[in-house]
Amino acid sequence: MNIVVCVKRVPLTQEVDLEIDGTGKDVKKDALAYVVNDWDNYAIEEAVLLQEKFGGTATAITIGTEDDEEVLRRALAVGADRAIRIDPGDLELDGFVISKLLAGVIKDLEYDLVLTGVQADDDNCGMVGIMLAEHLGLSHAAVVTGVEPEGDEATIKVELEGGMDEVSKIPFPALLSIQTGINEPRYVSIMGIRKAGKKELKVLEVADLNLTEDDLTPRTVVEEVFLPPETEGAEIIEGDASTVAEEIIRILTEKGVMV
Amino acid sequence: MGDIFVVVEHRKGEVRDITYEMLFKAGQLCREYSHNLTAVILAGHDESFLDDIAPKADRGIVYEDESLKHFNGDLYRDILKGLIEEHRPFLTLAGHTSWGMDLGPALSAKTGYPLATDCVDILVENDRPVVIRQIFSGKVFSRVSFKESEGYLVSVRPGSFLPEDIEARKGEVIKNELPADLPVPRKNFVEFVDTAAGDVDISQADLLVSIGRGIGDEDNIEELKNLANTMGGTLSCSRPIVDKNWLPKYHQVGTSGKSVKPKVYLAFGISGAFQHVAGITAAGTVIAVNKDKKAPIFRVADYGVVDDLFNVVNALKEKLNA
Ligand SMILES: Cc1cc2nc3c(=O)[nH]c(=O)nc-3n(C[C@H](O)[C@H](O)[C@H](O)COP(=O)(O)OP(=O)(O)OC[C@H]3O[C@@H](n4cnc5c(N)ncnc54)[C@H](O)[C@@H]3O)c2cc1C
Ligand SMILES: Nc1ncnc2c1ncn2[C@@H]1O[C@H](COP(=O)(O)O)[C@@H](O)[C@H]1O
Repeated sequence: MNIVVCVKRVPLTQEVDLEIDGTGKDVKKDALAYVVNDWDNYAIEEAVLLQEKFGGTATAITIGTEDDEEVLRRALAVGADRAIRIDPGDLELDGFVISKLLAGVIKDLEYDLVLTGVQADDDNCGMVGIMLAEHLGLSHAAVVTGVEPEGDEATIKVELEGGMDEVSKIPFPALLSIQTGINEPRYVSIMGIRKAGKKELKVLEVADLNLTEDDLTPRTVVEEVFLPPETEGAEIIEGDASTVAEEIIRILTEKGVMV
Repeated sequence: MGDIFVVVEHRKGEVRDITYEMLFKAGQLCREYSHNLTAVILAGHDESFLDDIAPKADRGIVYEDESLKHFNGDLYRDILKGLIEEHRPFLTLAGHTSWGMDLGPALSAKTGYPLATDCVDILVENDRPVVIRQIFSGKVFSRVSFKESEGYLVSVRPGSFLPEDIEARKGEVIKNELPADLPVPRKNFVEFVDTAAGDVDISQADLLVSIGRGIGDEDNIEELKNLANTMGGTLSCSRPIVDKNWLPKYHQVGTSGKSVKPKVYLAFGISGAFQHVAGITAAGTVIAVNKDKKAPIFRVADYGVVDDLFNVVNALKEKLNA
């Protein structure tokens, strides 16, 4: 079974005081640490698990700069067979353009399954996967928490709200957007890193992809980003830990939940 | 003057809350900009919710077929595509929910109408919609406009528009035949399975001590469990704790876990993503401990503590054991 998995490198923003940059359309990113998008980590693991079980190849793809190759090398180190980076140059990207670029590469590959994450941790769109499926004409499912291939179809689980899964059958080739928790992503090993160095990492330019100007025109435009107003929200309990603990206990006692 | 379409979401014969939230917001926009509100219902035969939904819109366009009883990406997309191409609505709303995340992008790719997902507000400027979204898990907001198009697609974050009462509208009902050229669906429904049942029912607890990725390590769970016990509370958690198999699924609070209604919700190391806080809207008092003073959870909490959670946990243990 041949699998393509789409991965994105995203900045870590927990515990960081984010600031808006000079354009007013993005946050300052130079001081941020970057990681593989959490959802894509699970998608990579799923691709590698299926490849190990059923044979075939796992190909990791990202759209990004040279720095973003880090996520491809990580994918190679945990078992992907080869990697492709599409360099967007100075193209404006939105979910639509990203999905067109990915489709432009994937359409010429051999695959049974394309995996993406449910959403990227930076833009939180949850859009690229299913748009990509439509460009490629694939059957698809979003928010997938289980995949069991059998012959030319798979039994999958789609996570619904409220602690419920929907089980369905879907024929290959298919695209699934993978939800966290579907597996337990493995750690990168020294062996893996050594092997990754020998695997193919191909770089493509937008011009290689045969896309039209319309394909490369964003459908949405970020006009402005801003920090939420500081006025709303919690009353902050000040003081050292001991004072804070006393205050929490006072609240719990007042609300009658602790005797 | 044009149409606003709301795609009605339902499951197991019941309308989902997101539908009323969208009808409410769409109703406001229709009033302000003199649009017509159309509820689009794709459902099995004899679904009783028709009578409930239709009067909340100017018209309900209904497709009834057993194949539409459960959401089906292929069928829903193609029927809606046909309908949109026939009526050219200015704006079409669907939920940013599990099935909306399948439908929205597919519909956008097929109709060419631009899509903005997971929107928390919808405005209209110069005859075009402009939406407010959140990025970086709610730490930053963004205002997004669309490339000019005949119509626009927006998926709405659940809980963004809380309906007071939805005004009555004409409620004309139009039953459409299924298009003749519908494809044979590729993905086929088998069954629903319950994933949230278990030994502990966090939805009944008066005090929840809830832990998130901030607890750092599986070994720390025991300590938090003990704290919960000492306080007479129940342990619950955010999704990453369940994803890592540190606690069973029935401890998870949020859209894909459980909605809870404790008198006090004490959150340690939880950032406050919308999928999490959607599960605590019915909580009485929310106290959040997080070392990031900009964590979104502080926007919904009543009380906040900006500190390393272990400092607070240790101090609490000392006081309680003393
Ligand atoms: C379709 C879908 C459904 C989902 N359903 C759910 C759901 O039901 N429930 C749910 O919870 N999530 C759900 N999620 C995931 C959600 O988007 C977030 O990823 C998740 O809630 C984050 O969990 P967290 O707050 O524990 O972790 P993070 O977002 O990683 O936050 C950890 C927090 O801990 C703080 N911290 C770190 N160390 C410390 C310390 N020592 N002391 C104090 N604070 C510390 C950090 O500042 C940070 O704010 C869903 C996502 C999707 C796409
Ligand atoms: N720049 C990118 N390169 C490769 N894959 C991407 C990129 N952006 C998004 N994706 C894929 O699409 C998924 C959903 O992203 P989004 O729609 O942006 O939330 C991610 O989890 C990735 O699998």
